[in-house]
Amino acid sequence: MDSFQQTLFKLKRYWDERGAIIQEPYDVEVGAGTMCPETFLRVLGPKPYRVAYVQPSRRPADGRYGENPNRLYKHQQLQVILKPSPDDILDQYLGSLEAIGIDLSKHDIKFEEDNWESPTLGAWGIGWQVMLDGLEITQFTYFQQCGGIDLDLVPAEITYGLERLVAFLQGVESVYDIEWTKGVKYADVRLADELQFSVYNFEMANVERLWRLLGEYEAECKELLAKYPDYPDKQRFPVLATYDQVLKCSHLFNLLDARGAISVTERVGVIKRVRDLAVGTAKIWADQQA
Amino acid sequence: MNFLLEIGTEEIPHWMIPGALKQFAAMNLFGAAVEVDATPRRLVVRASGLPEMTSSSQELIPGPAISAGEKAAAGFARKWGVLVDDLKINDGRYSFLKMSYGSPVRNLLTETLPEAIKALPWPKTMYWEETGFRFIRPIRWIVALLGDQVIPFELAGVKSGSVTRGHRKLGSSAIPVTFATYESELRKNFVILSADERRRKIVAEISALGAKADADLVETLTFITEYPTAIRGDFDAAYLELPAEVLTTVMRHHQKYFSVESTAGKLAPHFVAVMNTSGDPEGLVKRGNERVLKARFNDARFFWDVDQQKKLADRVEDLAKVTFQAKLGSYLEKTNRVVALVDELGGNAHAQRAALLAKCDLTTEMVKEFTDLQGIVGGLYARHQDEHEAVAKAIYDHYQPLSMEGDIPSTHEGRIVALADKLDTLRGCFAVGLVPTGSKDPFALRRAAQGVVKILVEAKLEYKLGDLASGELREFLLDRIQYYFREIRGFKYDEVNAVLASGCGTLTDVEARLTALAAVRPTEDFEPLAASFKRIQNILKQAGFEPKDVLDEELLEDGPERDLYGDFVRVRDAARGESYRRALEQIASLRPRVDTFFDKVLVNAKVERVRNNRLTLLHNLLTEFSTIADFSEIVTSGEQK
Repeated sequence: MDSFQQTLFKLKRYWDERGAIIQEPYDVEVGAGTMCPETFLRVLGPKPYRVAYVQPSRRPADGRYGENPNRLYKHQQLQVILKPSPDDILDQYLGSLEAIGIDLSKHDIKFEEDNWESPTLGAWGIGWQVMLDGLEITQFTYFQQCGGIDLDLVPAEITYGLERLVAFLQGVESVYDIEWTKGVKYADVRLADELQFSVYNFEMANVERLWRLLGEYEAECKELLAKYPDYPDKQRFPVLATYDQVLKCSHLFNLLDARGAISVTERVGVIKRVRDLAVGTAKIWADQQA
Repeated sequence: MNFLLEIGTEEIPHWMIPGALKQFAAMNLFGAAVEVDATPRRLVVRASGLPEMTSSSQELIPGPAISAGEKAAAGFARKWGVLVDDLKINDGRYSFLKMSYGSPVRNLLTETLPEAIKALPWPKTMYWEETGFRFIRPIRWIVALLGDQVIPFELAGVKSGSVTRGHRKLGSSAIPVTFATYESELRKNFVILSADERRRKIVAEISALGAKADADLVETLTFITEYPTAIRGDFDAAYLELPAEVLTTVMRHHQKYFSVESTAGKLAPHFVAVMNTSGDPEGLVKRGNERVLKARFNDARFFWDVDQQKKLADRVEDLAKVTFQAKLGSYLEKTNRVVALVDELGGNAHAQRAALLAKCDLTTEMVKEFTDLQGIVGGLYARHQDEHEAVAKAIYDHYQPLSMEGDIPSTHEGRIVALADKLDTLRGCFAVGLVPTGSKDPFALRRAAQGVVKILVEAKLEYKLGDLASGELREFLLDRIQYYFREIRGFKYDEVNAVLASGCGTLTDVEARLTALAAVRPTEDFEPLAASFKRIQNILKQAGFEPKDVLDEELLEDGPERDLYGDFVRVRDAARGESYRRALEQIASLRPRVDTFFDKVLVNAKVERVRNNRLTLLHNLLTEFSTIADFSEIVTSGEQK
């Protein structure tokens, strides 16, 4: 039986063999691997790109103090982007499952309709959730639009839910029982995070300050966006740094949401504030690529 | 010649496939009978007896008359690209003999097939390759054969050919086929092409495993699999402590499993899953599904326990944080309105309590996870938290009826709360202009209105339509009332129109009048009388008649006119206090008198007073006897709408 990290190595190797850049996780908080610049920005523009990376994804509202065996504040996704999507992409994907030891002739695989949409990113795509013996193990999406921009080359995005997948492979019922590496359980590595961040996110995060921070990051982002039109050397313009501000805003929004601090009337408005930043940043990136 | 078209795709959403096939079945293949079928990965059209060539034809197109002269003839000839000498003379006109020569059908199909594929309507399409072709999911191969030859074309970068693919894991990915071998080759490669056959296989296997039939789920699984095989799994009987509604929802909606009952209405600790493969000899799929279900059930138990830490009654204020609709505010505001409306409708204390708590389950973990269980979870929690049974039941039922065929809530309190909830949604949305148009009805207002109608009629609630709704909403409800009586209750459309044309008070009254009308309709006198009423209406309209004077008995002419009046008075008095049916029979009995009147009496009398008196008589007849139904709306034999 492979450990958590051995399975990860195999998946990374599999996509390495298929020409993907193997990236490390992004170092700003994100709610999903899609939000990393390696996906959100790279899918824009005419340049082909292939990348795979593990991304720890933070969803404050999903925290359960480490008490729920299947739900995590921070779970890990393996994100694969193949732009443009090759014709045999689904076969390649199924091959990756074989590569981590799943004999598909003995299992039941179904592709069930599940289209993806992110209002905060102005992004959507068409795809499926992949079901293995009744377990959703992957989200597969053909991106159609990102940052409100139609894509030149349609990428395939494969998002593996690693905890679920490995729990399936190891036959354990709680993610905390996953063997991370020999003699070390998932709980040994991650349980404290789950408990403490749940306490912080739900009980202690200072709502007033979070709002202020959201305003600050937003202001920084807006100021940068406003400077682009007159900025002389476009290639030098720090659009990547601008995008970091968007991610900060998005994460602060999620924190405030988990704190129950965003009222009904405010919610739509805050989502729009973040989307405007994301869309503005995407336009600049696309412009730089053109 | 035989024809085969297979569009090989990545997995198409199951619910869209039947609609696409319907469109394909209408494909014009030179008169040949078309047969369609599909799996999630292929849309298939087959036909036999196509001609090799289309037949040639000629058509004589008439042009200008000879008398129009040479110039006109020249213009006509130019239009058809010929000389005047090439024109024929026919029937005194220059004419052009247009010849159409037959074309090879294969060539025509080369052009029309891509168009036919493009024209398939899908709810939402995507693009995936350079040509920007839009389809429901990527097309990966195309088989297009006429006889033993490929019909050559290219679509979305895919060239048509004669090679298909089998089941993703059990079949070959390159199978040369002909029209004759196509279906059997697929079968050898673990694809059952016929949806009917897959459906039958599923039904037979799940019932052999003791599953409870569920037509919707069977349909879903039929179009989600290429080679369906059912297996049975088990779960720990300890989970049976959770409400059956929760367990069934988890199995059915989240896992697409069938539930199994030990005795009628009692769940057994088993489930039946349908795989997209041929078997599970090592039990791996069974174990995998069991583990997923256990995790799901654990979640449900966790939600149940967490939710009990805060009673429904303590969650009312939390509804301020749940949006009902951006323009209509939160569910707390909605709740307050519904409670007031329940009060206004005369709902008792239990109904009011239920209205107050009805939406609180929206704040629970259970409903956040299993949204289909809204209302049901609230009802179950209310019971668990020792609310009165009438309150719990009303909350449980208040989203009903969910469809036109669905049941209305089973208790009076439930009906009042359901009615108030739906009415509030309708009033609110109409007030801010969220009115359904065409197929767009994002707030399911038609369903809400349908629910209102169904509850009012079937619970025999005595509220007047005019008191519940006005203006545009009243019209919207009237439309649904018509629909209900026509489509669900099977009344004829003209009967429904006739009854509604004489007013709509309570729906129980509408129902009573309709029932009476439908019963009296087939009697001999009825339709002729209806025709006479239409005639009366026309006469009054043509005369521009405005009722001013009361009828003057002195002015009545002896004979048919006085007889008619006498019967009118008799029937009027006799019908008072009678059942609608009796009253209609009485009215119908007037028929001979009315006929004689029109035969013998000239309405348009010379003396104005007499004329007006006659019109008054007819007017009285019409108004007095149109309160049950407006007979002029009845379509009588001889006229067809």
